[in-house]
Amino acid sequence: MTVPALQLDGLRKSFGKTEIIRGIDLSISAGERHAVIGPNGAGKSTLFNLITGRFPQTSGTIRLHGHDLKGLAPFEINRMGLSRSFQITNIFPKMSVFENVRCSLLWSQGYKYSFWNMVSRSRELTEGAMEILDQINLTSRAELPAGVLSYAEQRALEIGITIAGGADVIMLDEPTAGMSHSETDYIVELIRKVTEDKTLVMVEHDMGVVFGLADRISVLVYGEIIATGRPEDVRGDPKVQEAYLGAALEAEH
Amino acid sequence: MTQTAQERAHVSAPASGITLSRLMPWIIAILFLLIMPILFGSNSAITIMNQMMITIVFALAYNMLLGQGGMLSFGHAVYMGVGGFMCMHIIRMVEKYGIPLPLPVLPLFGGLFGLGLAMIIGSFSTRKAGTVFAMISLGIGELIAACSVIIVVFFGGEEGISGDRTYGLPFFGIEFLQQKEVYYLLAFWTVLSTILMYLFSRTPVGRMANAVRDNPERAEFLGYSARWVRYFSFCASGFFAGIAGGMFAINYEILTGEQLSLIQSGAILLITFLGGVGLFFGPIIGAIVFTLLQTVLSLQTEIWQLYVGALFVAAVMFFPGGLAGVLMMHVPAIRLGKLHLLIVPYIRTLVPAVLCIIGVAVILEILFHVRHSAPGDNEMTLFWITFDSHNPVAWAIGAVLALGGFWLARMSAPDLRDAWHRANTLDGGAA
Repeated sequence: MTVPALQLDGLRKSFGKTEIIRGIDLSISAGERHAVIGPNGAGKSTLFNLITGRFPQTSGTIRLHGHDLKGLAPFEINRMGLSRSFQITNIFPKMSVFENVRCSLLWSQGYKYSFWNMVSRSRELTEGAMEILDQINLTSRAELPAGVLSYAEQRALEIGITIAGGADVIMLDEPTAGMSHSETDYIVELIRKVTEDKTLVMVEHDMGVVFGLADRISVLVYGEIIATGRPEDVRGDPKVQEAYLGAALEAEH
Repeated sequence: MTQTAQERAHVSAPASGITLSRLMPWIIAILFLLIMPILFGSNSAITIMNQMMITIVFALAYNMLLGQGGMLSFGHAVYMGVGGFMCMHIIRMVEKYGIPLPLPVLPLFGGLFGLGLAMIIGSFSTRKAGTVFAMISLGIGELIAACSVIIVVFFGGEEGISGDRTYGLPFFGIEFLQQKEVYYLLAFWTVLSTILMYLFSRTPVGRMANAVRDNPERAEFLGYSARWVRYFSFCASGFFAGIAGGMFAINYEILTGEQLSLIQSGAILLITFLGGVGLFFGPIIGAIVFTLLQTVLSLQTEIWQLYVGALFVAAVMFFPGGLAGVLMMHVPAIRLGKLHLLIVPYIRTLVPAVLCIIGVAVILEILFHVRHSAPGDNEMTLFWITFDSHNPVAWAIGAVLALGGFWLARMSAPDLRDAWHRANTLDGGAA
């Protein structure tokens, strides 16, 4: 049996006395598109922050390709092949769009902390960055400061930065939050395109996005996963309907 | 798709490689440095220019932290000072034991000692940016400045330590007796340091310094430790500050505890900000302008620091990009070929504004004279005019200039704004 891309065992997290994540077991195999859904305050973002090393877990283990991530800093986890985006747009606003993408290529192309290379002299960096810009349709914006892009463009750039390093596990935190319908369609297509052959873990509110994109879905309610499975199974699960989907679907109609 | 991406890479990616147009500013700057002593040959002019070059290197080093790395330091004079003190000691040792160390390489040693100190201090101060870093830099700055009084052996106590740069071996027959010889030595180090600092900003760690400045957390999720990126910038900055210290030691042949003090650290922050932190060449402008103000203005008036302070406040409030930012604001208009539209409105607004500033300065100077001159000494000279400082007419002239200039400047400001708008829009464009 192959090692799962991401495996969580008995993962728990407390802030003071409040337990936010209350024992999560989850296994995501390589190449799978996995969505985590759940009502507000279910702990989805906390779960993301635990996996990516932003917060330390209280107990339990997180394994990336079989390696325990306990005690590792975000940059170390990133170097092992896990990359994430943020719920709140998190780019480098004063740098140009091109520069944003180029910076996210530096480590994966082996530049580390070198101060004897000129970045503008590397063809691989320039072409790699332009290729990413092409994928996220921002080629025409390359020279602008990232901070002046429209919201949807910034989100696209965020996804570009996330995938640029060539990580094979991509985690997206609400990639379509706050977007119009057409913008959402655009981003969903983009995600589909750039995460081909990669493992995708995403938190999402928009049901249309989740059911269209994900191979499997986990439903997180009050820090516990109450169901995991293929979209149609999860949709039919009475527990899920009671806890979450019913309310959400009603609200949509 | 790869094909198109590559094609586009050639079209719109910033051109790499060295082109003549990119080298042009450097060539012009170097030529400028070469001919300056010929144009202004007097000793006092060369003294001012030497001071400028030292300040340029120090300000650029400081901006590696502030502008490029987003680290606000209140104690950066320490790295320059320690580099300078070490160089002073080396000069003395060369003198005492006859070590065959040519003077021109001295700033390198200053740099190495600045680097060494930065490596030690940076190991804990760069853990966090922002307030924590600023506070640690302040504390360390105070600590080492206090050491200058305590460790007399090294810092020489109150009178500092001094040496003689000409005692070393002549370097290709040059003994550095003349100010001009020192000038060219400092110019060499200024150019070399500036080029190296510019190249540093183009390296991976230099680029990531910008990323960490903008968003340290995101940088962490790109595989870079924000802390290490800050540490490397800090060390590099300490190195170049130390070079500036070595240049200082060669030029003045004396270092005192004052060189380590908060006043110096504050001044370099002011200089860098005034010049503009957002652009590489900003601190150079800041250093030139500040040194001119410091040397020229301080000869004319005792309250020159008041004017510099006011200029600094004005820069922070109205021109956050500094003087370099103001210059760069005009680039779009130049590209559109419409800069000439601004000339007349500028004259019509700036001349009254200058009159207004002169008026305010007149009042301040008279006030200062009235309060601080010896009793009975009512005579003062201002703008080559000698008059009685207790005469109300002098006050009235100042007030008229200040108020009249202000009023005229305000009247023509809307015209300037219109002209600015016209100069920055395309002909026939909707915007």
